[in-house]
Amino acid sequence: MTSAEDKISYSYDGTPLLYQLPEAVIFPKDIAQISSLLKLANEEKFSVVPRGAGTGLSGGSIPTENSVVVVMTKWNNILEIDQANLTASVEPGVVTGLFQKEVEKLGLFYPPDPGSMSVCTLGGNVAENAGGLRGLKYGVTKNYVLGVEMLLPSGEFLKIGGKNVKDVAGYNLRDVVIGSEGTLGIFTKILLRLVPLPTKSKTITANFDKILNSGKAVSELIASRITPSMIEFLDKTTITCVEDYTKIGLDGSAEAMLLLEVDGRGSIVDEDAEVVVSILKKNNARNIQIAEKMNDALRLKSARRAAFSALARRKPTTILEDATVPRSELPVMIEKVKEASSAYNVLIGNFGHAGDGNLHPTCLTDERDVKEITNAHRAFDFIFNEAIKLGGTITGEHGTGLAKKQFLENAVGKEGIEFMKKIKSVVDPMNILNPGKILSISPRCEGALPQKRESIPDFNSQQHSH
Amino acid sequence: MISSEESNLLKKYLPNDDVLTQCMHCGMCLAVCPTYELTKLERSSPRGRIRLIKSIAEGTLPISSIFVDEMNFCLDCQACETACPAGVKYGKMVESARAVVSQTSFGKTFSGMIKKVLLNKVVADHRKLKLAAKVFSFYQRSFVRRFLVFILSLSKRFARLKEIESLTPEISSFFSSEMLAERESHPKAKYKVAFLTGCIMDVAFAEINKDTVDVLKEVGCEIITPQNQACCGSLHAHIGEMERGLSLAKKNIDVFSSYTYDFLVSNSAGCGAFMKEYGDFFEHDPEYAEKAKIFSSKVKDISEFLAGIDFEQKLHPINELVTYHDACHLCHSQKVTEQPRNVLAKIPEIELKALDESTWCCGSAGIYNVVRHDDAEKILERKLDNLEKTGAKIVVTGNPGCIGQLKYGIKKRGMEMKVMHTVSLVKKSMLDNK
Repeated sequence: MTSAEDKISYSYDGTPLLYQLPEAVIFPKDIAQISSLLKLANEEKFSVVPRGAGTGLSGGSIPTENSVVVVMTKWNNILEIDQANLTASVEPGVVTGLFQKEVEKLGLFYPPDPGSMSVCTLGGNVAENAGGLRGLKYGVTKNYVLGVEMLLPSGEFLKIGGKNVKDVAGYNLRDVVIGSEGTLGIFTKILLRLVPLPTKSKTITANFDKILNSGKAVSELIASRITPSMIEFLDKTTITCVEDYTKIGLDGSAEAMLLLEVDGRGSIVDEDAEVVVSILKKNNARNIQIAEKMNDALRLKSARRAAFSALARRKPTTILEDATVPRSELPVMIEKVKEASSAYNVLIGNFGHAGDGNLHPTCLTDERDVKEITNAHRAFDFIFNEAIKLGGTITGEHGTGLAKKQFLENAVGKEGIEFMKKIKSVVDPMNILNPGKILSISPRCEGALPQKRESIPDFNSQQHSH
Repeated sequence: MISSEESNLLKKYLPNDDVLTQCMHCGMCLAVCPTYELTKLERSSPRGRIRLIKSIAEGTLPISSIFVDEMNFCLDCQACETACPAGVKYGKMVESARAVVSQTSFGKTFSGMIKKVLLNKVVADHRKLKLAAKVFSFYQRSFVRRFLVFILSLSKRFARLKEIESLTPEISSFFSSEMLAERESHPKAKYKVAFLTGCIMDVAFAEINKDTVDVLKEVGCEIITPQNQACCGSLHAHIGEMERGLSLAKKNIDVFSSYTYDFLVSNSAGCGAFMKEYGDFFEHDPEYAEKAKIFSSKVKDISEFLAGIDFEQKLHPINELVTYHDACHLCHSQKVTEQPRNVLAKIPEIELKALDESTWCCGSAGIYNVVRHDDAEKILERKLDNLEKTGAKIVVTGNPGCIGQLKYGIKKRGMEMKVMHTVSLVKKSMLDNK
């Protein structure tokens, strides 16, 4: 499709501020089509940008200049659920939330649950190594990927992994392509690991009058030798916005709130819940509640999943970050976010997967206010630097993409980046697949010169950035 | 790029930048959008359409046939508004975009003209509507119809026309507005309510209006039904005839404010939703702002009204398996979901079975099922599948459009299921099953 309307509606994803029109949008019919497109891209020097539902938050699926977007959402069949091996084979366009519902009907469980799970696709989840609320106990997407089938940037087909629980044959290519953000290949099939569905769970909420106490409670919970399935943190700004959207009775007067879940089988769940409640009490939580009904628990969790978008009720542009620190440092990090907010005079709503040390400080601003946007970026520079000082990282689960590219070196070091660049330039020598995401590769001196007038500026800018 | 005439149009109708920027394109709306589900194209999603409207407003995209088609493809079911965590008012954006379209050459197509004539000349004037209904009723009862249906069934080419013909609601044998007195007094009135008869309800579902009035009387209401009330204007606004919609709104505000009443009860979800918005529409109108605000604050859907009062002792058992379909304009526009279910649950012995995707549009969407028949059919199929799964004998809902659409679909598929308005089932339990 090449209509102006289609180009416009594939020019963005869930990332604020960034957009770029593609030259064309393609819904591929089969593997052969994708393969020939990639081969053509190598010959004609245009870029190919794979895309799922476009809910990413780091710009991974935003088109680059002179690019064709490959949309995989119509590849949405669950091919097999193997109940003997506890695996599922899916096409990349299957919606995560729908997939979960299907396997849960069989008493199975696919835990990764990103906030956008009602919309986002499994292919996108694997490409971004998406996390979610249940990461604390169950890990993230990479812990559930057994194998992938993909097309390399050259158009060649590659199959990685299989149904084996153990498999150490050769390099672990699986972990190279998981989280590669569509820069190393386009997935055509994914093999996922499933686990038994927990039969019992308890959802607990607690309010705090001091934000610091909530952070301390989390650190103590982690050290207490029990593993809740989620410990979610929401600050006052977030609580108010979420309540405004969901109207489920959250207490807007609290400075912070924790939403916790323990799950498993039998009496262990009750015992764990008791430990959680006693630690919460010890850290001056008030109004500790255990959701009695399944429905109430679901509503609380979906309210939390909506937190990021709900913050847009306050201000039109929400720039969300993804700083992550070792969990013992969480109370310090929460304080640092507050410090950034007052130092740079920007409104920041803070929430996140406290149990993973993964915070989503979100700057509430207006893209039309240039000064405020500049301040927001300064505040985030500060937050990232503090996170790294605490031994943390710049992104826990949203990916690097375009949005965090400039901070990558701080997190992984010069050598880390060099190693990544080597991988990229070997796998994709012409740099056609989602170029400029995560890192920029400049063409080598002996590389091909631009063959089309339109690609000259692109070529020049890459030369300069080198 | 665009002519100054067009640019003035955009300024006049399209929402300002503040409203358009509020969408932060997170994509949460994609999961609930029936049209995105059909095409899987981003431009058929609320997020995509907002982006297109924004591009039109900024002047980077000219009004094109694809744009117009997307605006009309949208059901305006507003499921996306319920799903939107950021609180974007999508419905108003699409309606304003349609208002722009109807002023351009794209609004002058044949079906566009039909829509305008039908809504502006006929529905807007209650006397003309009744006259038209009488003519149509004659047609429905006469040999002319049987002859036409026979002719249509001769050729496959006419299959679609024949389907649309069967979609038209049967005109009632009486019109409720002619039957209802201006004032139905009550010896021991607990509440004083005004009643909007609605246009479609009045001529095609007169029994439901009668049921409503019977129930209201039974629960202790004095009922005022102003004889000169106008169409609420919603049908006009939804297809982009905003000016006409607003002038009808003004007329209703004038008519109803000459009476004193506690609540204005409506049994059409679409009318109720639109009248609740009068306050917003006239926010900056010096003459109407205050009056409109008061008017809107008193509007209640019949299920909302009944859920708030005590009348259990008047109900008799109905031993049936019943399911409930949420009309878009009740659940998404008015956020009324619990109340009708609570009202139904009051009926002794009733067994309520939850309907999967109960808040998913049935495809009726005003006159969508006529003007975009093929799309509406696909959306209806999904609803019918879910209805079949419940095994219910009765499906209850709260909007005339849905009632017509569901009846049509159920008949077409040969299902054994009755379609009833919430208030009609209450009336059955209250008066018929005594």
